[in-house]
Amino acid sequence: MNREELTTKDPSRDLTREDLTSELPREAERRFDVLVIGAGPAGMAAAACAAERGLRVGLVDDNPAIGGQIWRGQSDGEPNPDASKWVQRVRQSGAIVLCGWRVVYQPEPGLLLAENVNGFCELKYDKLVLAAGARERFLPFPGWTLPNVMGAGGLQALVKCGLPIRGKRVVVAGTGPLLLAVADYLRRHGAEVPVICEQASWSSLAEFGLALVRWPAKIAQGITLKRSLSGIPLSANSWPLAAHGNQILESVTLSRAGKVEDIPCEYLACGFHLVPNTELPLLLGCAVCKGYVQVDEFQQTTISSVFCAGEPTSIGGLDLALVEGQIAGLAAAGRAPEARSLFGQRNKARSFAHLLDRTFRLRSELRTLSQPKTVVCRCEDVSYSRLQQHTSWRSAKLHTRCGMGPCQGRICGPATQFLFKWNPDSVRPPVFPARVATLAGAASQLEVQHSVVTGGH
Amino acid sequence: MPSDLEVKVNGLQVAVPLGATVAVAVVMAGQACRLSVDGSPRGPLCGMGICFECRVAIDGVPHVRSCQVLCQQGMEIASQK
Repeated sequence: MNREELTTKDPSRDLTREDLTSELPREAERRFDVLVIGAGPAGMAAAACAAERGLRVGLVDDNPAIGGQIWRGQSDGEPNPDASKWVQRVRQSGAIVLCGWRVVYQPEPGLLLAENVNGFCELKYDKLVLAAGARERFLPFPGWTLPNVMGAGGLQALVKCGLPIRGKRVVVAGTGPLLLAVADYLRRHGAEVPVICEQASWSSLAEFGLALVRWPAKIAQGITLKRSLSGIPLSANSWPLAAHGNQILESVTLSRAGKVEDIPCEYLACGFHLVPNTELPLLLGCAVCKGYVQVDEFQQTTISSVFCAGEPTSIGGLDLALVEGQIAGLAAAGRAPEARSLFGQRNKARSFAHLLDRTFRLRSELRTLSQPKTVVCRCEDVSYSRLQQHTSWRSAKLHTRCGMGPCQGRICGPATQFLFKWNPDSVRPPVFPARVATLAGAASQLEVQHSVVTGGH
Repeated sequence: MPSDLEVKVNGLQVAVPLGATVAVAVVMAGQACRLSVDGSPRGPLCGMGICFECRVAIDGVPHVRSCQVLCQQGMEIASQK
C-alpha cells in the first residue's frame, strides 16, 4: 500500500508514526490467538516468536512507534543493530502492529478495550502477553516540579524525539545504570554534562563493576561507556537537594559526597532507577508479589491465559526482557519444548536483575529530601506535610486526593511507598484515563451482544 | 533529523525537526505544558506517556499528552490551564 496515499487523505492519521497500522482495525481483524501489550523488546520478541509459528498475533502499544523506551527513536542517526534486527523480525513475522493504542479496560475475560486519538476498539484474545515495561522512580525534592527537571530517561526520550541538546548544560542525577547511558547519550549529542550524581556508594558500585565480569557482553558495554564518560565526573554518595528557578529550571543544589554544591544548568535529568508497570496485570487479576508480577517457568501468570515478560516480572534490562519475551511468545503459542530451550539463558540474565537490585537500593537519607511544602502528588498538588498526617495510602487518597489525578498514582505511588512505606491498594478500571464515550460505547456494545445471546439464541 | 516543521506554541512560532513530538515543541518554545492545580508551571517529566504532566491543548483539543503526539505543520498548541 502506498504510505503517502493513506496519510494525505486524512490528516488526523498523521498523528502517529505507524500510520499504516494505527487505524481502527476492521472488526474481523480484532480477534487474536495471541495479543501482546507493549512493543518494547519483550513484547516484540513475544509477538515475533508467536507470529512466526503461524498464529494470528496483535502487538499493541501506546507510543507512536514500536521499540519501547530503550529502542525509541531509531531515526536519530544512531540505529541500534539489535533494534533493527527485532523490528525487521516483527515486520516479517506477520504480527499486526497497533501503535498509538492504549489498553484501558477489560470488560470481560478475553476482551480488552483500547483507545486512540480518534476512537476506541475491542481486542479479543485467546492468550495474552503483558509486556508493559517499567517507568522511572521519581523522588520529590524542593523544585522538582519546575519545567526542565525531567526523568533521566524522560529527557533522553525527548532528545530522541527531536529536542536539540547541543551546547546545553545537563546535570544527571539519581541512581541506576540508566544514568550512565543517558549521560553518555546526551554528551554524544553535544550536551555538556558537568556531573553524574549517583546515590549509591562507591563500595556498592565497585562490587557491581566486579560482578559485571560474569556478563561478557555487559562488560564490553561498560568499557565503551567508561571510555565515552571520561571527562564526566561520576560522583557516588551524591544526590540533588533542590532545583531552583523562576518559572523554569536555572540551577540545582547537590549533595556531592557530603559537600553541598550549586550548579547552574538548563536541564536536570533525574531518576531513581525503575519500577515495574503492574497496573494492567493487577487489573486482570494476576498475582503480584513484592511489586513484581508472579510468573512460572513459562512466564505464565496466575491467570492461565495471561503471560508476562520483561520488567514487570523483575528489573533486569534488555537481555532478560528479550529472553523472557521469547519464552512467553513460544509458550503462548503452545511451543513448550522450544520455550524450555531458553531457560538457561534466562537464568543467567536473571542474576543480573538481582545484582541491579542490590547495587541501586535507595539509601534512607533520600527520605529527608522532601520538605514540608514539597509537592509529592504532582497531579493534585498535594504537599509532603499534608501526607504526613496520614498512616496509609488509602487514607491519604481519600483525604487529600493524592494519587487520584490522571497519572493514577503512577508517579506519587512509588514515591510514597519509599517515603512512608505505604502500599498501593487495588487497581480499578479504567487503568488509564479514558474518554466517557469509550466506556459508554463498550457498555452499549456489550449490552447488544448479550441481548442477542439471551434473546435470540 | 532533517527538514523542519512550523508550529505555534501559545502564539509563538517554533521550527521543530520532522518527527518531533509536541512536547519537544513546547520545551523548545520555553513554555509550560500546563498550569497545575495551584497555578505553577509544569513541563514533561517521564517522556513516555505515564505522568500526564505534559498535557496541552492541540488545535483546541484539551488534555492531550504532548509526548505521545507528533508535530504537524501549522499545529496550534496551547498550555493546558
